[in-house]
Amino acid sequence: MLQTRRSVLKAGGALGLLALAGTALLKPGRALAARNASAFEAKSAVDAMKALGMTNAEDSKDIAIRAPDIAENGAVVPIDVTSNIAGTTSISVFIEKNPFPYTGTFDFAEGSVPFVHLRAKMGETSPVRVVVAANGKFYTAVKEVKVTIGGCGG
Amino acid sequence: MADPMKIRATVQGDVADVRVLMAHPMETGQRSQGGKKVPLHFIQSITAQLNGKQVFSADISQAISRNPVFAFKVKGAKAGDKISVTWKDNKGESRTDETTVR
Repeated sequence: MLQTRRSVLKAGGALGLLALAGTALLKPGRALAARNASAFEAKSAVDAMKALGMTNAEDSKDIAIRAPDIAENGAVVPIDVTSNIAGTTSISVFIEKNPFPYTGTFDFAEGSVPFVHLRAKMGETSPVRVVVAANGKFYTAVKEVKVTIGGCGG
Repeated sequence: MADPMKIRATVQGDVADVRVLMAHPMETGQRSQGGKKVPLHFIQSITAQLNGKQVFSADISQAISRNPVFAFKVKGAKAGDKISVTWKDNKGESRTDETTVR
């Protein structure tokens, strides 16, 4: 079966890494702002945005999303987001057709430029939605990425 | 201990380009192996500091690729400044690495 074959292929790579991960000593990191679990568990981008309080997001041309039009490998899709909106404090990414669309939020403290590069897994062809928070308001932009081989599960 | 991160920070003008490569399996919990689901194991949060002051942070999901790569830009960094990056995963493991801006 295709599924089994893919699992076996992927398992080889992952096993080595798991072995390396081992156990790490717990260090006091940043005092975590409570992770928004309901947003991360939401099964649709709309629900996730609701859980994050990102309602009434305005379409904006000042958000640049650079991602491939066609991603050959859904396991690694490079995405660059730049916000040209003054006062940008965070960039959130949603991959609408993933099992859990909310991919993450990147917060910019004073002293960093509102730009982020990430590599995400995409299960299938999907719009990639970006929501930028600036001056207490939300702005959004979308880019469609076609995926020929999915990268979620297997 | 997890493998060290690879961090590179280079200055162009007054903005430092920071690229980070983390070694992590980023299991989605959707994949199965020998008929059993591989449990979720992924980095949940990342923070970055410039000379001890937080400049960048992120909450991420399991949809980020295995061995995650991130890039971000820090204003006002000079050669010789210290950039440190910390990640923490859903099993409570964490790792911090530091580099000098060049």
